[in-house]
Order: sequence, then structure tokens, then C-alpha cells
Amino acid sequence: MATFPEFIAQNEERDGVRFSWNVWPSSRLEATRMVVPVASLFTPLKERPELPPIQYEPVLCSRVTCRAVLNPLCQVDYRAKLWACNFCYQRNQFPPTYAGISDVNQPAELLPQFSTIEYVVQRGPLMPLVFLYVVDTCMEDEDLQALKESLQMSLSLLPPTALVGLITFGRMIQVHELGCEGISKSYVFRGTKDLNAKQLQEMLGLTKPTAAQAGRGPQAPQAPLSNRFLQPVQKIDMNLTDLLGELQRDPWPVTQGKRPLRSLGSAMSIAVGLLECTFPNTGARIMTFIGGPATQGPGMVVGDELKAPIRSWHDIEKDNAKFMKKGTKHYEALASRASTNGHIIDIYACALDQTGLLEMKCCSNHTGGYMVMADSFTTSLFKQTFQRVFTKDVSGAFKMAFAGTLEIKTSREIKISGAIGPCVSLNAKGPCVSENEIGTGGTSQWKICGLDHNTTLAVYFEVVNQHNAPIPQGGRGAVQYVTQYQHSSGQKRIRVTTTARNWADAGTQIQSIAASFDQEASAILMARLAVYRAETEEGPDVLRWLDRQLIRLCQKFGDYHKDDPNSFRFSETFSLYPQFMFHLRRSPFLQVFNNSPDESSYYRHQFMRQDLTQSLIMIQPILYAYSFNGPPECVSTVVCSGPALLSVQISTVDFNTLQTDSVVHISLKRPVLLDSSSILPDRILLMDTFFQILIYHGETVSQWRKAGYQELPEYENFRHLLQAPVDDAQEILHSRFPMPRYIDTEHGGSQARFLLSKVNPSQTHNNMYAWGQESGAPILTDDVSLQVFMDHLKKLAVSSAA
Amino acid sequence: MSQQGYVATPPYSQAQPGMGGYPAGFGSTPAQPLYRHYGGPPQSFPAPPTGMMKPVSSPSGMPPPQVPSHYGSNGQQNGAHPQSYPAPPYGQPPQSPYHSMAHQGPPPAQQLTNQMGAMNLGYGPGPMQSPQVPPTSPPTQQPFQTAPPPAMGHSPLGPPPTGPHSSQMAPPQSPLAGPPMAGPQSMGGPPPMGGMGRPFPGPPPPGAGGFQQPGPGAAGPPGHPQQLQGQFGGQMAGPGMAGPGMAGPGMAGPFQGGAAQMAGPPQKKLDPDSIPSTTQVIEDDQAKRGGQVYTTNLRGQVPPLVTTDYTVQDQGNASPRFMRCTTYSFPCTADLAKQCQVPLATIIKPFATVPKNETPMYVVNHGETGPIRCNRCKAYMCPYMQFMDGGRRYQCGFCNCVNEVPPFYFQHLDHMGKRVDFYERPELSLGSYEFAATLDYCKNNKPASPPAYIFMIDVSYANIKSGLVRLVCDELKTLLDNLPREDGAESSMVKVGFVTYNKILHFYNVKSALAQPQMMVVSDTAEMFVPLLDGFLVNFQESRAVINNLLDQIPDMFADTNESETVFAPVIQAGVEALKAAECSGKLFIFHSSIPTAEAPGKLKNRDDKKLINTEKEKTLFQPQKAVYEQLSKDCVSQGCSVDLFLFPSQYVDIATMGDVATHTGGSIFKYSNFQVERDGQHFLSDLRKDVEKAIGFDAIMRVRTSTGFRATDFFGAIHMNNTTDVEMAAVDCDKAVTVEFKHDDTLSEETGALMQCALLYTTISGQRRLRIHNLSLNCSAQLSELYKSCETDALINFFTKSAYRAMLNQPLKTVRENLVNQAAHMLACYRKNCASPSAASQLILPDAMKVFPVYLNSLLKTGPLVGSAELSTDDRAHQRLSTTAMGVEDTQLLLYPRLIPLHNMDVASDVVPTPVRCSEERLTDAGMFLLENGCSLFLWLGQACPPELIQSIFNVPSLAHVPVDLRSLPELDNPQSKKLRSIVDSLLDQRPSSMKLLIVKQKDRSEIMFRQHLVEDKGLHGGASYMDFLCYVHREIRQVLT
Repeated sequence: MATFPEFIAQNEERDGVRFSWNVWPSSRLEATRMVVPVASLFTPLKERPELPPIQYEPVLCSRVTCRAVLNPLCQVDYRAKLWACNFCYQRNQFPPTYAGISDVNQPAELLPQFSTIEYVVQRGPLMPLVFLYVVDTCMEDEDLQALKESLQMSLSLLPPTALVGLITFGRMIQVHELGCEGISKSYVFRGTKDLNAKQLQEMLGLTKPTAAQAGRGPQAPQAPLSNRFLQPVQKIDMNLTDLLGELQRDPWPVTQGKRPLRSLGSAMSIAVGLLECTFPNTGARIMTFIGGPATQGPGMVVGDELKAPIRSWHDIEKDNAKFMKKGTKHYEALASRASTNGHIIDIYACALDQTGLLEMKCCSNHTGGYMVMADSFTTSLFKQTFQRVFTKDVSGAFKMAFAGTLEIKTSREIKISGAIGPCVSLNAKGPCVSENEIGTGGTSQWKICGLDHNTTLAVYFEVVNQHNAPIPQGGRGAVQYVTQYQHSSGQKRIRVTTTARNWADAGTQIQSIAASFDQEASAILMARLAVYRAETEEGPDVLRWLDRQLIRLCQKFGDYHKDDPNSFRFSETFSLYPQFMFHLRRSPFLQVFNNSPDESSYYRHQFMRQDLTQSLIMIQPILYAYSFNGPPECVSTVVCSGPALLSVQISTVDFNTLQTDSVVHISLKRPVLLDSSSILPDRILLMDTFFQILIYHGETVSQWRKAGYQELPEYENFRHLLQAPVDDAQEILHSRFPMPRYIDTEHGGSQARFLLSKVNPSQTHNNMYAWGQESGAPILTDDVSLQVFMDHLKKLAVSSAA
Repeated sequence: MSQQGYVATPPYSQAQPGMGGYPAGFGSTPAQPLYRHYGGPPQSFPAPPTGMMKPVSSPSGMPPPQVPSHYGSNGQQNGAHPQSYPAPPYGQPPQSPYHSMAHQGPPPAQQLTNQMGAMNLGYGPGPMQSPQVPPTSPPTQQPFQTAPPPAMGHSPLGPPPTGPHSSQMAPPQSPLAGPPMAGPQSMGGPPPMGGMGRPFPGPPPPGAGGFQQPGPGAAGPPGHPQQLQGQFGGQMAGPGMAGPGMAGPGMAGPFQGGAAQMAGPPQKKLDPDSIPSTTQVIEDDQAKRGGQVYTTNLRGQVPPLVTTDYTVQDQGNASPRFMRCTTYSFPCTADLAKQCQVPLATIIKPFATVPKNETPMYVVNHGETGPIRCNRCKAYMCPYMQFMDGGRRYQCGFCNCVNEVPPFYFQHLDHMGKRVDFYERPELSLGSYEFAATLDYCKNNKPASPPAYIFMIDVSYANIKSGLVRLVCDELKTLLDNLPREDGAESSMVKVGFVTYNKILHFYNVKSALAQPQMMVVSDTAEMFVPLLDGFLVNFQESRAVINNLLDQIPDMFADTNESETVFAPVIQAGVEALKAAECSGKLFIFHSSIPTAEAPGKLKNRDDKKLINTEKEKTLFQPQKAVYEQLSKDCVSQGCSVDLFLFPSQYVDIATMGDVATHTGGSIFKYSNFQVERDGQHFLSDLRKDVEKAIGFDAIMRVRTSTGFRATDFFGAIHMNNTTDVEMAAVDCDKAVTVEFKHDDTLSEETGALMQCALLYTTISGQRRLRIHNLSLNCSAQLSELYKSCETDALINFFTKSAYRAMLNQPLKTVRENLVNQAAHMLACYRKNCASPSAASQLILPDAMKVFPVYLNSLLKTGPLVGSAELSTDDRAHQRLSTTAMGVEDTQLLLYPRLIPLHNMDVASDVVPTPVRCSEERLTDAGMFLLENGCSLFLWLGQACPPELIQSIFNVPSLAHVPVDLRSLPELDNPQSKKLRSIVDSLLDQRPSSMKLLIVKQKDRSEIMFRQHLVEDKGLHGGASYMDFLCYVHREIRQVLT
């Protein structure tokens, strides 16, 4: 049998699933003692280019409360043409089309390698994709121009049959009628009023035409697949391009000392309403481009007086953010309306100040929409991110999927506590729903309006098997994920992933359970839980909870003598976990200090939807060093080589031996500790925090650069050295969504703060002299370093008092 | 008191104060023609009045004190000659005069005529016996015409009154009581004295009978009163009056006093020619004062009639075109005013068009400090400020406060106490002028911007189908080149905007930079707003291409609409919001088709209930639906947004409500029922053109200041009042007038007179803020006769019309009608009691200046709004009521007494419009062709026997039968008749504020009914008495008042 790491990697590769434990404790009691719950990170649309979609529909268990999909784990009686559901043990007849089934002629869904399989539903019409642009016009001309160009460009990326619509807003909201000859028409709404779908429908005259058509008779049949406001790209391409070209900045005067009146809340409401009454339950994206906060009407987050700044964390703590609650409520209502109809809300907020993401976050979070935060529409961060939304896979289909629902079925021994991710509950009660909610619980089905290949949900389970009802040897707990979604081709598809894990009695087989621990997945699962709690609870409480969990885990799985901290040892499968927790505690997901509420919301939004690897980077950024001839280096790569950190083992490599003239720049790169000691004058550092790609030139290097050595032919290698991190950064920039902020800085540069805030402050102004080394850069902070953190952790873990 | 015994004075004679004619007229017979025989040919009254008349010329000569109460007064009023008549009357008891008159007078009939004549003329020699003289006979007129030096009239008349009057005042009543009674009895046989005949003596038959009657109350009442009352008070039943039998007695009553008498001479009918004729009065005034220069240098001077063609020279008082009063001599005390019941009012038309030959307004600029004003009452510098102290100070003529003259304004005084720069400064020497206003006079202290015109077109099914939308759009393309502009300006500064709507609104962005217009739809009618700022209101010249593009597209865009619901209040709201956003004032032109039933604020439902007519609740039909529209009016006014409403209804649209905003914002309402482009297109377009092009001021606020002792208390017009003094008008154009009523606070002094200053702050068409000042000074007198002498019937009827139309919102129509007649009767009775010489009760005596007042009043009572007939559409009645509220004197005059112009015998060679004839069926001839116009309608009436040659020359068809009735304009034919007629029609259309649709009516055709409605001297088609009957009725009322 392969090692657990291999098993985990294989499972992730094939099914997009990673469990916190890969062997499950067999009773509820034991499970709760494991500290980290049985849970999984599931990426529903994990990219599987080699997986051919199957052109028929899944076979379902006939029990009404089950309806599980036939899968490789089911027992099949080929002779009787029967199969037994592995979740409810119902015996089912195969449908007539399976008449030819035999043990040599098996359908794909019974083959073990198809534990994940995708069906294409043939019924129903192909649904059009709908893209509704909601564009703020209260911005500087330069920004607006850039935005207009981006939007015009995006038209060429849309499939010709996709429907597009345009809503612009400033003080008023304009819903543009498309494809008008000779005159451009738009319906205008005041921004201070919220309209429900019915009112909107009437005001846009969306009911009348159909009634009239019906009256006229013959023309009636043409289904309203498009209407005046949402029309196929191919038809109104030119028209819309012109329309966008003619967009003007909001003309209403803004007096000195005022913010422009921006009716963002109503505009979004109208967008939601428009789709609600025209394309319910059809995949659609509302793409909102905003250049500032909503300043009037429902959903406003700040008044128009410039002298009253937008709420800060301080205000929120003091309960002094007077628009926040009302605003949030408005957007929550919108999010729920949109998600009910399977519509996605994307938010592209490009402004130097906050735009109210805190209030609007639920719109993206609940609908699986994107949230992008940039300083301006002129930045490449926005332009490229936006362009990347429309990237296509090899088959030419968008990488995005629409209007998804995820249904989970479990074996009897476990139940579903809830999910955390860009989803909303569908409130489907059932036998496999636990009463203990974690995250969005109380249901076995969730709606995920917007999905892409990275969208990842954390799903938490509860072992419900009683201690006195042992599971027979060799029993396995199974989980089936059924994801239905609208493919960007318009097809309806169902992807089914069925996984199973062994049960083990914690009393006797605790080692095998411990060995099956996936500390990376667990770190993310716990982090999601912590962040989820942080949204509603006080920061310190969450930290305390996180600490307690960590200590309990150490107590449970550590190897130590009571009250002797120095005796504490952690096995390899756990060794990185505390370090992840250390960085998580310092991360912007739990610390709001130094971040605006909008930034916090943005960071949390990304954290809650990205897959494991990206999430890990967010928690613990990656740091690479580039130099000509650094001293022997500690090369514990942060992610993979586990044991290094806790025991502070140092494996040394003589880089000089690797160095050859021809590959200077490659061999120069090496991962280094995310530690202040890594910041050296003769190094260039490349840090990837997911949100930022930062290149930092050490003091000496930056002096060389300023002196212009890289221009001189004899210092070509220096030029290469400078270029190396840039190239690496480009590579990351090209693949990541959303585009990270690219920062090029140097020793003493103001932007270096991003680096200094991330590294472990092993040297601070408090202890730098004690260390007595000239290497590294002291960080001016009172935060504890990893070493101090670990010392405390060990002390607490071994304490008998705890 | 009974009036019987008295000889009524000849009020008429007094009325003509301005005439120079008196002197000349004396002794001659000319008078008769003017008034003809009221009594009709048969009855001739002695010409006693003549005697009375004389006094007029030399009133001063009379010894005031001695004069017995009324005789004296009579004399004066009449302007009687003391000399000629004096002795007998004074010394003798009342009766004597009659006797004497009787003696003199030949046959009664003649006398009557004589009297009439006398009144007019001053006095005809006793023996005026030419009743037959045709009313208009030229010779008789001549004297007047020749006589006239204006000044003349005054001198004799002006001064005398004071003395005599005062004496009269006190005694009048007691004496009356005694003598009168006696009089009648004694006068058995003698025919009525026509002495007084002037007015209406002329009751038909044996005047004598009338006089003999003891008490009108006793005898008269039984028969007639009932009839009459019934008729007038309630609905006037046509038939009642019409009945021949009735007619006789009915008329007789008033004039004769006793029914009994009727029997004898009874059958004689009153000759319609004998009762005061409006056309005659107009003609006379035109003859006397037409073509002359009217100089406004005198206080309390009565101007020519509105119908007269004259030129004004401003010398310190506002031209009568701007301000016209009901009387030019105010009573000194509130008691007197109350006693006479003559309303004291001024009709102000601040933007009245002045003919090219009169001086345009001067604009005075007093620099940064703004116009100089009295510190206390804030009156503006004007000719009534009295400079003193070597020119360092001035005393305000209104409040008497003494103010310092600001240094920059200082000027020395000449030996007369006049400033040396008197003639250089319009504000010192003129009655009307303008001040440039400073920022203090602007809204929010920001300079005003040029106004905007917003065209709001209802594009619902009805308007599309009728072709109206296309018509309007096509017209606008050229019309917008003619937007009003400042004199001398190259192009108009007025911005334009466009909105179309049905139950939602479409705004258009027509910015010049756009390649094509943008349409912005607002469907949230519950809370209207303007969706765009930039590009909605644009300069037509700059955006011409885009606008034309838009106007081309609009009709097609909605060509296949089937939306039939409309909104209305939100449309106006949108206009207001647009102007608010643009920070300017302006005007909305709304082209609307139907009652707004779509779900939106201001939604209306059909509340037209004919069952309410003639009930207490009838008034509700005219009351606007409040709430939304009331607030809307306020919004409009505060933004300076005027609303002009063009309605194209096919059924009831609740004009009472829909027109409410227009009538509070200085707007107009035009109505084209069942609009068809071919039939009504031209009519509508010319209305639209006039409306768009006319001179106008915006965002106006008017204040009328008066000298101490009286003040403005009530205002009528297309205005809005937030408080009791400031008249706010979103806009005021050249046709809008405000009628202002005054009341006494205190005693007025004869010496200082009554001064009024109307100051109108407004924004010009180019966006400048200005103050337009009109000053007017009136006389004050303790003598009622003075007041009656300087009354202005046309102004009076304007006041009565407006106040009655307002009253009908709160009172049952019946009450309104009764009040009108009562007040009129009081006015006339007061005259008779206090000013006229004694006469028989049976004689109707009218002040000369008011002698045609009854015909106007009767016409007013017969107007749609007041007549209360289920046959008239409620909308039409409401429309007429509303459109009258802002009318000036000219308009009400014409409306209530249309011009009936005979065409069959016109002199094609001259360019004079033929003299109109009286509005009565009797004036029509079968072989005639007549043109009738009242400012709203224009009829061409073709008699059955109309000569084919005439038909041919005008219509180019061989006979009457071939004349197409649906002709909307006259064919252009090259012959003198056609040219002449067309030029007449064109000139009429040109003069009137709104255009009139030409209707061709053939005698005895069904369409003749509409035409006949306008023959105001006849019985009303929907009820209402004939002129003659009404006179009788009024007379009755008067007698009742007097008893």
C-alpha cells in the first residue's frame, strides 16, 4: 500500500477531495476527541481534462430519501440485474437500458477509476449564458475609459450566442435597451428606491410584450429567450460597443466636499430583479464594476459628505458605523434573491478608498461570484484579472460553470454538519443531515451559483456511530458528492464523486488514525472554521478557540512527558500544523489590524473559495531568495519538507557545487524560511502571499541596482540575477486568478512593509542584540516569534493543569 | 323709498365726461341717434332730460348749497345746466318737473327717444321728436365727433361735482321719500317723463301709466316679479321669456311700473334699438377718441374703451393697456364704497403688448445698490415721490415716509420743486418702466439663467392615431426657430427639451455632440425625477441636427403603440424637476389626449355627473381634485415653471382638475375636442405658434402697493398666492391679466387721490432679472356721482366675471347668479338714489358709463359655466371658467359681447373693417353674410338668400348649396371681396391671443345652433334671458332695492 501522502495526492488528483483524517474513528465519542473533525475539502469542478463526460443520465437509487447515484462502491448482481445502494442498502433494478450489463461489460460508473464521473443531461433546452454588466459611471474619466475598453474587449471573448445586458449607474440607474436603431434607449431609475422584481418587471414593460404577442397569435411561439435588455452578443455587438464607447461620466455635479452620489445598492437590486424576472434558474453573471462606495439609496455605506469617512474597524467595534447594518441587510437580501435563481454576482471594486465590500461581500460569497479589489481600472491587476475571467479550457469552453447545486450523501455512520464556502443552503433535510451545525448546515444540498475549477468547499461531517455499536472490520464510510451545474456550453451536467474511508477503532488503532492525518487539509479546514467564526464573533475569542484546539491536538497526539516541555515531540504528520496555526493567527483573515474592513472582507472572500494549495499560500506565504553566493542555506521548503521547522533541523546544501555559469539564475533561486533572518543585504527575495507578489532587493543589491551595474556588459550576471525573480513572478502572475498585486521594492522601501509583516519576527528590536548576528533584519514589532509561540505551546501542551 | 316720482337724471350724459362734445352737443339734436329710442318708436317721452342735461356743461355755476337734495344732485350728475333748468326744479316739488316735461314733450314715444338722446348729448331741446332717426345716422354723430377736444370734457365735468355732491349726499334720502310718493299720484295723465328717459325710460307704451302707479312694490310685483325671479334666479327658462304674451307684460312692468296700464298701449313692443347698444357705445367712443393720442398726465382720467384704437403717451401714469380700473374715481370712504357697491378693482396686464408706435419700456439701472425704494413701504422710485429739502430728501407718495436721497441719485430741484433731471429719468416722469434687478432680487442670490421650454408629447394610442404626434413633431422643427428673444438679440437664449410619455415618460438627450439622440425611459411615475442633466435642455441652434433627427423618429417609434393609458401629474412633475435641476425657470408645453387613468400620482377618474347640475353640489364639478395637483402647483410656482396645456380629448378629461396647475402657473389651456388633423390641425398649429412665440416673463412675483387709506385685498388670475400680498406667477405673458380688488382701510383724501404701484419682479426671456413698475393715480371723491361718472364698464364686467367664476367653486350657481344680479341692482339703485334726478319709478335709469353694463352682465349669466345646463359638456364649462381667470379687459369684453360683422355690404375699396352690428338674431338678414368672433370662435354665417355673386367671389362655388361646410380656411381667390374678407379674418386672428377656428354656418343648418349661442342679446339657447327681458328684470330688482 502506498504511503498516506501518496494516497492523499492521488485522491486529490482524481476526485478533488482531501479529508482531514483518512482513517475515521469509528464512534462519535472518539471522533470528538480527535479535535479536528472529520471533514473534507472538496473541489467540485476539479479540472479533469482526461475525464470524458458521459452522454447519458445517472442511475439513481430508488429509495426516495436516498436517490444516491450508482457508483463503483455498489454491489452489483449482474445476473439479477440488481445493484445495492451502498448508502441505504436498497436493492435496485437496473433500468432497461442496462440490459446488456455483465461483469465484463460494465458501464463506466462501475469502474473503480471513475470514482468521479460526469454525466451530461440530455433533457431540456440549451440554456444561454447571460452576462449583465453593471457599470458605475462615477469615476475619473481615465478610469472610465479603461473600464470601457475592458468591457468592449470582453465582448469579443463572449460566445456569440451569449446574452449580454448593460446597466449603468451614478446618481441614477440606466437599464439600456439594446439593438435600437437610430436612437439609443434606456430605462432610468432613481437610485434612492428599492424595487421588487414585480415592480421592475412592470416598469421595464417586460410583461406586456408577451401578453401582446400572445394576443397577436402567430408570433407568440418565439420564446422570450432574449428581450430588449438582454440580447445575443452576435446581434448587438456593434451596438453595444458604441454604447459603451459613448458612456459618459455621471453628469450630475458634485460639489466641493461631497462624494458623488452613487446608487450602487439600487443598481444591483435592479440587475438582480431584471434577471429574476427574465431568466430565473438560468446561469447568469451580474458583473458589477464599481469605482467607489454606494452613497445613496438602499445599500449605501457612507454619506456623501467627504468629512464623514467610511467606517473603519474602529467604528465598527464602537458600533459607530451607522450605515453598515442596513447596508449589509440590503445586500444580503440581494444575495439571497440572486442565489435562489442561480445568478452570480461579481464585484470588481477599483478604488483607492474602500467601496463597501464589507457590506457587499455576501453578494459574492453567497453566489460564488468573484470579488476583485484593485486601486483603479487602469491597473493591469484589474484588466488582466477581468480578462482571465473569460479564459477557456482546451475544448474552448469557459472555465466557469453556472447555477450549481451540490448534494452530499453519506453512509449511515456519519452525517453532514455543514459546509463553508461560496454557497447557500438549499435547506434539504434528510437522513444524513446532522443536528450539529458547522458553517452552513442543516442541509444536505447547497447552491453554488458560480463555480470554477478552483472553487473549493469545506464540508464537515459528524461521526454518529455509537461507541457500543462497533463497525464490522473492513467497513468503510462512504461519501457521495453530486454536483449538478450548467456547463458554459449551456448543457446541464452532473458530476458525481464517490469516496470511502476505512473505519478504525481509536482505542486500538490510534496510530493508524494519527498516521492518516492530513495536516495541510486540516489546517485549511480549521482555518475556514476560524474565519467563518471570525465573521460573527469577536477576534480574540476566535483566537482563543483556535489556540485551545491546537493545544488539545498537541495533547492528544504529541509525545511528551507531563510537565516537561522539552520532552515534547510531534510526529511528522502533525509537525507543520502548529506552524500553520502560528501564521494563521497573524494572517489578515483573523487579524483586522492594519486592514480596512473591505480588505479583510476581500481576503476572507478569497480564502473561503480557493483550493488547498492557494489557501496554504495565503496562510503561509512562500519566500524565495536569489543571490550570487549566499552562505549555506536552510532549505526547508515550506510546504513539502515537513520535519524541518519544529526540530529546527538544518540540512545544508552547498550551492556552490550546483552553480554553473550557464544556469546562474536558476540555481540562484532557493526557498527560504519565512523568517526575518532571511532578509539579507545581498539577496533578492520573492514573496508570494497569493494576494501580492513581492520582489524585495536587499540593501546591497538595491545599491548595485541604483548604481546601474545591470546596464554594464561585464555585470551581465547581475542583470540575470535581477531578472530571475521577475521572470518567476511573471509565471505566477500568469496563472493566478485573481491577479496578485505586483510589488517591486527594496530595502527601506515603503512597500517592504508587506514583506516585513509576513515574516516570522525572529529578530525584533527587542532581541536583535541578544542574537548577536548581523544577518537578517530586525522587525519592529511586539508580536511573538514562532520560537516563542512554540515554546509556549509545548509548555501548555504538557501542562497537567490544562 | 319709492322711486316713482322722480325724474331720473340722465346718467349717460355724465358718462361722457371725457367728451369734448358736450358743449357742442348742446342744443342740438344729435343725441338721439346715439341712444335711439329706448322706448321704441311708439312711446315718445317728453324730452325733459334735455333740460337736465344742460347742467352738465356748466355745473360749476350751480349753487351747491341751495340745491335741494336730489335735485341738486341730479343736476350735477347730469352735468346739468343750472341755468337752463335750475329754477323750476329746485323750487318746485318733484312733480313739477314732470309736468313741465310732459308738456314739452310731444308724443310719449318721441319723448323717450329724446330723453335718450338728451342724455347722451347733453340736452336736446325739449322737442326732440325724431324717434325714427336711425340709430347710427351719421348726422347725429357728427356733433360728437367734431366736438371732442379731450380737455374740454374734463374741465366742465371735473370740477363741478365736488360742490354739489357734498350737498346731495346728506339729504338725499329723506327728501326722496316724500316727494316721490307725491309725484306719481299727481301725474296721472301725463306720459312718463322721459326726462330721465335717457337710460331706459323707454318702456313701451304709455309711459304715463307707469308713472302713475303708486308703488311698484305693490302693483308691479304680482305679475312680473314672479316670472322674472323664477327665470333669473333659477334657470332662466327660455320659453318663459319668449312667450309673446308674457313678454309684453314682463317688459312693461319694469318700465311702466304697472301691469294694469299695459292693457292700453300694451301690445307695443320695445324697440330693441332703443335699449343701450354696445356696438353703438363702441362706435361712439371710437369716433370720439379713436386715432387720438391719450396722454396719461392727469390723475383719474378715464381712458378710451378697450375697443377703441388710440395711442398712449406715457406721462406719469401707466398706459391703460397695462392697468385699467373699474372706476377712476374712488369714493373717499369705506361707507360710500359700501353704499354704491361698485367694485374697486384694477385689471393689470403687466406684459401687455404695446403697438409699435408707442414707446417701449425704458430700463433703469440704479447700479449695485438696486432700485431706490422707500425705506418704509418699499415702494419703488416713481413720479409720486415728492422731492424736498433742495432735493436731498423725498417723501414717499404711498406711505408719506420721508427718505434721504442717496448721494449718487442727488439732483437739484428747479423752481417748481421738480428735479432738474426729471425728463431724463423714466422713473420720475413715466408711469411704466423697468429697473434692472440686482442679485438681491434673484433666487438664492444667484443670477438667473435663461428659461427653458419643454415640449411634452403624449404618445399614447389616441394621439398617435389622430396624427397629432407627427403634426407636432413636424411643426417643432420650424417653430423652434422662432422662440422668443430679447429685442435685438440674434438668437433666442431659450433652451428646449423634449419628453414623450404615455404611462411612462421618455426623456431625450439631444446634446449637440451626440450622433443620435438618446432616449431615457422613466417608468417610476410614483416618484418622478429627471434622469439626465446634461443634454436634456439644449440650445436649438446648436443641437438642431440631433433634435430634427429625434423629431423625425418620434412618430415612427410609437407608430404601433397600443398603450392607451396616460399619466399626467408625473409629467408636470418631471418638467418641474428638470427645471429645478437646470436651475432655471421655464414653460411646459403639454400635448395631452385623455384623462390620466394609469396608476400614478394624480390619477383621475370620471366624475362627470350630469345629475349634479342645478343642485347644491354642482360646484364640485368645477372644484379640482386637490392633493397632488395642489402641491404640484406650488412646486411649479416656486420653480417658475409655467404649464401650457393642449388637450385633445375625445371624451371627459376632468379639465377642472387637469387645468388646475396651468391656471395657477400663468399658463393657458387649449382644447381641441375630437381632434382631426385635417379639420383642426391649422387651428391648433396657429395656437401653438402664438403660444410659443409670445412675449413672456418668468418666475414673477408681483406686489401692488397703494397709498394710505386703501389696499389690495383680492387677486384673480393665473396666479398663486402664498400670502395675502405677494402675487406669484410662474410666468406671465402678454395676454395674462391679474384683476386686483381694493378695499378701504381708511378715508381717502380728495387732494392726494389714490395711488397704486404695481411692481413685478421677473426673469426676462434672456435670463435677466428685472422689475417692471406700473404706476397709476386715481381721483378720490366724496361724491358718488364722480365715481359713477368715471366707471369703466368693460373693466367692471371683467371683475364680475372673474369673481363670479371663482365664487361658483364655493356656492351654488343659483346663489352666484343672484348675487351678480343683486350687486348690479345695488350699484344701479345707488346711482339712481344718489345721483340721478328724480324720475318715475317705472323708469330705468342707468349711469351713462354703465349703460351697457346690463348687456354684459346678462351675457355673463348666459355663459357656459354659469348657465347650468346639462346640454353643455362639463369640460367645456370648466375650460371656459378656467381660461377666463387670466383674461384681460379686452378679452372679456369680446367674449361677452362678440363682434358681429356684416359682410354683404362691405366697402371693398376701404381697408376699414365694417362696423359690427348688435349681437342679435334680428340683425341678421337672409341675404346677408356675417362674421362673428368672440376671441375663441369665429363663424362665417351665410344667409339663405345670400347673393350667389358674393358666394362665388368668396368660395368660388356657384351657390350657397355648394359651399362646403367643412372648409377650414377661405380659398384664396383673386377678387376684391375675397381679399377683403380674408384680410379681415387675418387681422382678427392676428389681434386675438389665441387663434380661432373658422366655422362656416349656413342659415337654418344644424350647425347654426353653435353660432346662435353667441348672439348674446337674444335668449340663451341653454337658458338665460334676452337682453330686453333682462333689463326688465334688473329694473325690477332696482326698484326692489329702492323700496
